[in-house]
Amino acid sequence: MAETRGAADIIIIGGGIVGCSAAFFLRRRNLSVILLERYLVGQQASGTNFGNVRRQGRHLTQLPLANRSRAIWAQIPSLTGSDVEFMPVGHVRFLWSEEQIAVVEDYARQASHYGLELHILSQREIRERFPFVGPEAVAGSWSPHDGHANPRLVAPAFARAAAKLGAAIHENCAASAIEKTGEDFIVTTPTGQFRAPLVLIASGAWGGGLAEQLAEPVPIEVAGPQMGVTEPAPYFIHPVVGVSTKIPGEVAYLRQIPRGNIIFGGVHRRPAALDERRAKYDPAGLMAQFRQILRLAPTLRHLRLIRTWSGVEGYIGDDRPIMGASEKTSGLYYAFGFCGYGFQLGPGVGDVMAELIATGKTETPIDEYHVNRFTLQPAARLQVSAAH
Amino acid sequence: MADPRIVIVGAGPAGTRAAEALVAAGLRPTVIDEGRYSGGQIYRRQPPNFTRRPEALYGTEAAKARAIHSAFDQLAGRIDYRPETLAWAVKDNTLHIQKNMRIEALDYDALLIASGATDRVIPLPGWTFPGCYSLGAAQITLKMQACAIGSRVVFLGTGPLLYLVAWQYLKAGCAPLAVLDTSRMADHLAGLPLMASRPEQLLKGARLVSGLRRAGVAIWRGILPREVLGDPDRGVAGIRFTDANGQDRQIDCNAIGMGYHLRAESQLADLAGCEFAFDPLLRQWLPHVDDAGRSSVANVYLAGDGVRILGADAAETSGRLAAMALLTDFGRAQPRFAMDRLRRLMQRHKRFAQGIAKAFPWPWQQMATMPRTTVVCRCEAITVDELCSAVETCQAPEVNRAKAFSRVGMGRCQGRFCGQASQEIVAFAQQASVESSGRLRGQAPVKPLPIGVCEEVGHG
Ligand SMILES: Cc1cc2nc3c(=O)[nH]c(=O)nc-3n(C[C@H](O)[C@H](O)[C@H](O)COP(=O)(O)OP(=O)(O)OC[C@H]3O[C@@H](n4cnc5c(N)ncnc54)[C@H](O)[C@@H]3O)c2cc1C
Repeated sequence: MAETRGAADIIIIGGGIVGCSAAFFLRRRNLSVILLERYLVGQQASGTNFGNVRRQGRHLTQLPLANRSRAIWAQIPSLTGSDVEFMPVGHVRFLWSEEQIAVVEDYARQASHYGLELHILSQREIRERFPFVGPEAVAGSWSPHDGHANPRLVAPAFARAAAKLGAAIHENCAASAIEKTGEDFIVTTPTGQFRAPLVLIASGAWGGGLAEQLAEPVPIEVAGPQMGVTEPAPYFIHPVVGVSTKIPGEVAYLRQIPRGNIIFGGVHRRPAALDERRAKYDPAGLMAQFRQILRLAPTLRHLRLIRTWSGVEGYIGDDRPIMGASEKTSGLYYAFGFCGYGFQLGPGVGDVMAELIATGKTETPIDEYHVNRFTLQPAARLQVSAAH
Repeated sequence: MADPRIVIVGAGPAGTRAAEALVAAGLRPTVIDEGRYSGGQIYRRQPPNFTRRPEALYGTEAAKARAIHSAFDQLAGRIDYRPETLAWAVKDNTLHIQKNMRIEALDYDALLIASGATDRVIPLPGWTFPGCYSLGAAQITLKMQACAIGSRVVFLGTGPLLYLVAWQYLKAGCAPLAVLDTSRMADHLAGLPLMASRPEQLLKGARLVSGLRRAGVAIWRGILPREVLGDPDRGVAGIRFTDANGQDRQIDCNAIGMGYHLRAESQLADLAGCEFAFDPLLRQWLPHVDDAGRSSVANVYLAGDGVRILGADAAETSGRLAAMALLTDFGRAQPRFAMDRLRRLMQRHKRFAQGIAKAFPWPWQQMATMPRTTVVCRCEAITVDELCSAVETCQAPEVNRAKAFSRVGMGRCQGRFCGQASQEIVAFAQQASVESSGRLRGQAPVKPLPIGVCEEVGHG
């Protein structure tokens, strides 16, 4: 048998925002940690996403987790020693149709029970507060404590902080097989084997493949949301801006950073491949995106696009992640499949998973994300939403 | 089989000869070019109201310029020519183009990219002051606007273009004050044997230099540039450098043209998925092609300076050759001897270019001694220090990672001008080979694209 390269209390597979923050919080709970990342930490979905730290619009039952994560977002600089450009500037969603007002009012009422503060703004109010808004907007839904951050910085910041606390971070080190022999898992990589009694699968879109290897298959569909950024302009769009709509082709979002660039995304996701290192942007969808972002802020027509990109994201049929302990193998944990919202949730997920792994339970309800929803009832309610 | 849909990007010497070969085979390619007129950078045509004769404009290359222009003009009606059109993206056998406020998606069966080159620059303290230009820009102002970049001009850098532009300024009546070349006499001697593969070119070069000398232009070799003097408001006031004897010197001037050879404009090839390989002599990543211009992607062909900098004559040869390879692949066999002859010519051009690379080496060591306050990325105003910190404190082993942390290469030019220096700096910061620091990957659009394009009805 090959020599063991390392042993620890837990091996985390995947160095995205989930894996890296889990490594950090597990170290704070004094577990020894090995994190294996196929490429470099935070390069996949966690480094290529839009950067929305958004709670409004999410499934109500996910709000406790989202709130816990939001509390951590504010502390990231003191926790990790890195400024990740988190800006709690608020999140506004514009509405294109009168009928949608009732929908958001209803959502706001229910979300308030979960502690999410939302204000429904009239047409006059949104024009006063957001003078850049396009003429079509009939109302707005304002979430003052949401915001945005720089996705390129966050997962690496957690990884560096975890390493400072003693976690062993192995980059360019892909886990090709996971086996349980006796009490321990043996994780095989091209450079050797690692051993631990606990394993956390935090491999994003690639989590499905590993879960399947471990006899707990999950329906996961891979796609790439399409992103772009403009040249810098004077800083005039302060909140994160989105749309509340039932029409997927109208979903668009944008944010501006103080440096002036406007980052946008939305409309259609495009196919992505798991065997590719990165999802390619599809230029064919650009005009549809431009049209939607001009509805949000028409004056952007005077700007130029300077760069586009996409990222690999795994979507689970019922639009909920997989979180919790394995049904089949003791010592095995999952935290993957965050469908379009894992950036906001990431730090909280890391914290919750550390709590669960270290203490056997968590304060934050995550039962509905258990992997057994697929193993118990394979044809789970498939309900795909385009929320962002 | 129906005629293949072929798109050529670039109407310089390579694109012109490629189009000509395809038309001769009875095809009707589409030719996309950003410029208003064909001819490319070297044989750039002057605006209609300008009347300098080709001899005045192109000097010794006038006959070649005439030939290329007339070859292209003769294709009129037999090609689908789209001037002033930007090819901004490629994916899945579709080329995305923009003209004014319209965009269009062109499906192709084969794509021949002949996108040329741009200046290869090295940052220097003060290089962002008004009055500091690249050599290419200094040349364009002369050819397109009949303007000089200043009244007291110094040219700085290395490579044949350095002397050519200086000479063109001299001929246009604004003799430069000095030419500051970082290459040493010993480098020239090292390059000579290879450059001897094209004696006529070598001779032309020698004549340029002696012409400059006779006209009183000071030529310094083996210099190390230190800083551009002046300030961001009033612009360039001079240049400070160390001469070959290690003495600090200063020349007062009000404009500087700088450049260290050229770099291939290879983003389209990158977006098309072509593989790149590192060339240790040039210290550049270049798209990989076979000896006829086939890239690693089945229906993508590359020619001219967009593949590697071999100069205008080689561009013509490689354009023709790539078109013939394309025709062969599409079932229209080409005469073997003709292709072999072109291949041999290419070998000669390559040897010569290697000689040039040795004679005028890319002075990468400069990047190691550059003050940490120097701006590397002009678009984003990122300093050497910020870039090195990304490498050192954030642990970025390669340049795309350093870009993610520091924003180097994230601006309007997308690293086309700061990319090569950034690679050197990343390598230096971690004491590793420049090859290991990688290359900045291309991301569409190739150049900034106005958002207003989506308002044109019926497109996209
Ligand atoms: C373009 C885009 C825009 C988005 N916008 C937002 C947004 O605005 N707000 C928001 O909240 N969310 C957004 N998301 C979603 C969010 O980015 C993801 O949900 C989140 O980053 C997922 O984090 P992760 O750690 O689970 O996955 P990832 O970041 O993908 O990390 C998984 C890691 O596992 C590694 N890995 C996989 N297999 C192995 C193996 N066998 N061995 C070792 N390593 C392995 C991968 O290389 C990868 O680094 C967006 C996603 C994309 C792609």
